[in-house]
This record gives sequence, structure tokens and C-alpha cells, in this order.
Amino acid sequence: MPTVAPLDLDGHCVAVAWLADVPHFALADGVVHRLDHGHKSTALHDGLLAAAHDRAAGRLVTGGEDGRVMALGPGGEAQCLAEAGRKWIGQVAAGPQGAVAYATGRLAHVRLADGTTRSFEHARTVEGLAFAPKGLRLAVARYNGATLHFPAAQGRPVELEWAGAHTGVTFSPDGRFLVTTMQENALHGWALADGRHMRMTGYPAKVKSLSWSAKGRWLASSGAPAAIVWPFQGKDGPMGKAPLELGTRGDAMVTAVACHPGEDVVAIGYADGMVLAARIADAKEVLLRRPGAAAVTALAWDDAGRRLAFGTETGPCGVVDIAG
Amino acid sequence: MAHADAQIPVTVLTGYLGAGKTTLLNRILSESHGRRYAVIVNEFGEIGIDNDLIVESDEEIYEMNNGCVCCTVRGDLVRVVEGLMRRPGRFDAIVVETTGLADPAPVAQTFFMDEDVRAKTRLDAVVALVDAKHLPDRLKDSREAEDQIAFADVVVLNKTDLVDAAALERVEATIRAINPAARIHRTTRAGVDLAEVLDRGAFDLKRALDNDPHFLDHDHPDHVCGPDCGHDHHDHAHHDHGHDHGHAHGPAPIHDPTVTSIALSAGEMDPKRFFPWLEKTTQMDGPDILRLKGIVAFRDDPERYVVQGVHMIVEGDHQRPWKPDEPRRSRMVFIGRNLDRERLARTFEACQAAPA
Repeated sequence: MPTVAPLDLDGHCVAVAWLADVPHFALADGVVHRLDHGHKSTALHDGLLAAAHDRAAGRLVTGGEDGRVMALGPGGEAQCLAEAGRKWIGQVAAGPQGAVAYATGRLAHVRLADGTTRSFEHARTVEGLAFAPKGLRLAVARYNGATLHFPAAQGRPVELEWAGAHTGVTFSPDGRFLVTTMQENALHGWALADGRHMRMTGYPAKVKSLSWSAKGRWLASSGAPAAIVWPFQGKDGPMGKAPLELGTRGDAMVTAVACHPGEDVVAIGYADGMVLAARIADAKEVLLRRPGAAAVTALAWDDAGRRLAFGTETGPCGVVDIAG
Repeated sequence: MAHADAQIPVTVLTGYLGAGKTTLLNRILSESHGRRYAVIVNEFGEIGIDNDLIVESDEEIYEMNNGCVCCTVRGDLVRVVEGLMRRPGRFDAIVVETTGLADPAPVAQTFFMDEDVRAKTRLDAVVALVDAKHLPDRLKDSREAEDQIAFADVVVLNKTDLVDAAALERVEATIRAINPAARIHRTTRAGVDLAEVLDRGAFDLKRALDNDPHFLDHDHPDHVCGPDCGHDHHDHAHHDHGHDHGHAHGPAPIHDPTVTSIALSAGEMDPKRFFPWLEKTTQMDGPDILRLKGIVAFRDDPERYVVQGVHMIVEGDHQRPWKPDEPRRSRMVFIGRNLDRERLARTFEACQAAPA
């Protein structure tokens, strides 16, 4: 039986991440809490807006209302990576070899491990950032499409156009696909080899959480009363195929998803605080956390796939041990 | 989903550079005795704003991907409001200050079209600051100045000490011609009573028209629109483009309004006719309709039905029972461009219930 170790915090949980096998909970007030032989915390920002888990470097990269980009390592060691004055840092991304990206208005900045920074200007606001899994390539979600930059090389960016406001972006783990979330209730994707479009529509709400399955064969998403899981095995991605619906409920929307690091299993968080795990192969479900008071906003598995950290909109957080 | 939490009220301040927005904003922030505001500005201006929580935001207009050109939202507001609402304990209300050139429609529509913003906040009112002296010039050279007035629930006619009485009458008549549904307040140094700009509930269907019990009754003596209200706003016989620097001029309409308002009045309506008509009208004329408001009397319905809209977005609900002494009339006002007065009147009247 799964068991829940609660951590009752006060405030909106923006992100959860495991650093050196310790669960970290980043709250909107700028404090990052962790369960490391007791409850400890580090104040990173006056207002934390965005966080990205830098798996390669084993740290959490964050952006804040204070215009700063911070990196938090295991044990609470914090480093300021950049300061941008009065602008909010609403987007951050972590890339290979210690590269970090952040946005200020229409500029996307890439800071390399040696501290050098390159900036890329866009015609419209930078709404989402993601690094490709290999090589130094940055995707920017923007109005009417996405832009791909190659920060280590000179040369022109690649523009991917699709009408509408694109608010977030992710690469598939094999680097073949780029998928954006949109202001409307839809995802959009491009096959990067040939630029072919993939429309993923039908959501009753905006999609705010995306997660690729372990081998990149599936993309799980929030935005419906079930986790919507798109097949990405073929060269055309999900085109012409229906998505799976996992953990369907009649009374609550899915607000967060996180795929298991090894198995084709999705952790699903709902607007009422419930958390389930569902297996993609047969849709079998296991209840991990009963409904609570607040919507689940963040989910993250530990590297072994045995424990799941979760955060919510008003502060109740915790760790589910799957084996109990 | 839990939407029962109190929604944070949002006041939108529009107005041309120099009209007094910053002065009014600083008054709101300093005189609101314990009420805490989050202020969203397009850029930090020359004049400081004295507040703990100010967010700078680049105006970012997004067309929605639904084929409707007037369905626009401010993408930056979606982001900023989402960020602010993650730390809700810091403020009690939000003020959005727009640039002088801003189109107010996307700002307002953000609070109706974005599900997340709508769940946590409510648009309280759009307040337009206008400068009594310079408004005539602004109206000649910019469509935005006209849009801001057309869109406003409250117009603060500021710097009235810089013009003489006759010029002030003309300016106010011009504002009234563009937007007969707005409340107008004459002030100097943005000295309007803050109760007249805050917590108006102008987009609250239960309250909106109660704030103005004489909705469209322009000849009511205590109506704020002033003594010249009944005069013919569309008399251009004395058209005069001379700049008015405070000299005594004759009555001279200062503006060819491209925005007009059309007031409709009829008897009891048949809902089976009225709703299809409203939908068709807003579908067809939506891009040209800046605002619409109405009180509708339905046959055999004991309650007043109120509607309001921004371009194609229309909301309606029952408001309260008709009072025994209230005439059961249906009234609507459309504010917009290129509106066909004859067609609107004819089709509106055709929605009336058949004589009993």
C-alpha cells in the first residue's frame, strides 16, 4: 500500500524536484523547502515564478519577481546566475553542460557554464523556453509559433509558424518533436525533420502540465478530466491516432502529470488534490493520495521511481512512497 | 472546482499621456486607507508610483485562434495575473494602468476570455481619464482616444480649470455623444471622489445598472451628464477646428465622432426572438460593437434581465424583480462604429412579444 508523508506548507507550490535524492518544494513566496533528515528551507527569491530541474548538474534553476535567476544545489547551497533588474523572470530552462536559459520580455538569454551570456531578441514576448536533449539548442515559444536558436553557433534561427499564442514548449526526449502549449485549449507539435504540423486539440481547459514517458513513446498532458496521453512512437507522432485517456474522473480536472522514470506509468494530480498512478499499457490505476483541499500543481518522481513528491495550490505537499 | 473564493477586483485606468492617470493612481494608492493594491503598468513612467507591488508588463495582444478578429486578450496580463494570484495575501485589488495608445478591449476581454484569470479576478470598471483642454486635439488625431471614452464605465474629465465654461460644456457634450452610458466626473488634479472610480461593479450584472438607475434617461435632473445633455450632439453646422485656448467661443462641436451610440427602446420581448437576435447581431456587428448594455423586459417574466457585452462577448442574467411602479420597457445601448441605426432599431423592435 502506498503511504503518504505529508509536508504542510503555506503557499502555492510552483515546482517539486529531487536533488541528491532529497525532495525539494519550491513555493511562490520564494522559499524552497526540503525534507533532508527533517524539514529545512532556503529563501531564494522575493517571489518565485518559475523553476526547472537541471538533472545534469543536480540543481534547481529558478526565476523570480526580483529579477534574479538562481541555482539551488543539494544541501541548500544557492548561487545567483543572473540579475535583470525590475523585470520578472517568468521562464527558465536548464540545458546541457550547465547552460541555463531565462527570459525578460522579448529577450531570451542563454548563460553558459563559464558565465558568458548570449541574448536573442524576438518580435513578441518569450512565453516558454526549453533546451533540446542533445546539443546546445534552445526553443522559444512565442505568439504565432516557436523559434529554435543555436547558441553555440552563428547562423539564423529556425522559425516554426502556427497561428495563435504559444505559452510553453518541450522537446521529445529523442529530439525529433517539438510540442507547445497554447493560450487556447490545445497543444501544437512539429516534427523537426520535416516541419510537419501536429494538432492536438479537444481539451476542455488550458494544458499546463506535460510529461514525456521514459523512452519518449508517450506524451502525457493535463487540461481534461483525464490524463490525455498522446502516442509518439511512429514517425508522424500522434497524427491520425487517438490519445489514451487515463484516470478519467467525472468530477475533477487533471492539473498535473509526471511520467515514471522507468515504467510506462503516469502519476496524475487532480484539481481536488487526489493523486493516482495509471499504467499506460492497461489503464490500471492505483490511488496514491486521497482528495484534499487544493489542486495538485507539481509532481516529481525520484530517480528510482519509488517515491513521488507532490505540491498543491495552497501548500499541502508531501511524498508518496509507492511500496509503502 | 473551488471558485467560491472572493475574486480580486480589477480597475483599468486608461487615458492619454498627460491626462492625469499617474496622479489618480497615486491618489488611489495613498488614500485607500489600508486597502493594498497590486499595480500593473506598461512601463515605469517618469513620475514615480508610490507602491510596494508594481509589475512592469509589456503590452502583448493575442488574437484568439477562433477566427474572430475582435477576440483579443492581453497575453502579458494573463501571465502577470497568474503570477500575482499565486501569492494572494499581498493585495486586495489590482489596478491596470494602460499606455495612452492602448486599446482597452483586449484588456477587458482578458478578464472574460481567459479561464484562469476569470476564476480568480473580476473586472470592476474601466476608468478613462481625459484632459479637458487637449481632448479635442486628441480626438482629431487618434482613434484610441475615442475608443477609450467609448469603452469607459467612468470618465474622469480632468484639468477642467484649464478651459472656460463653454469649452467644458462642449468637451462634455462630445464625451456624452461618444458614450451616453458612462458616468462623467469633472475634476481638477484628478480630484475625483475615489468611491466613484473604485468598487463600481460595472461589469457585475447584478449591480451595473443599479449604479445608474436612470440608465439612458438623459433628461433626469440629477444625472451627472450636465445641463447641455439634451442638445443635439450631431449638429455640425458650426463646425470649428480652431484650437480653443480658453477664449470665449460660440458653441462649436469639436469632433466628428466615428464612434456613435445607438439607444433602443421597446416593449416586452419574446425571449425566443430576442436571444437569437442578440447572438446574430453580435456575430455580425461584433467587431464594430465596442460596448453594449441593456435591460430587457420579457413577457411573463417577473424579473429584469440585464445584458452587457464587449465586441462579441455577451453576458446576461436575471437581475431583480421589476418594481410595481417601473414601466416594463426593454432598453439597450450599442456603442460602436458603422452601426446601422435603422436596422438595429427595426430588428430590436421585431423581437417584441406579440400583443397579448
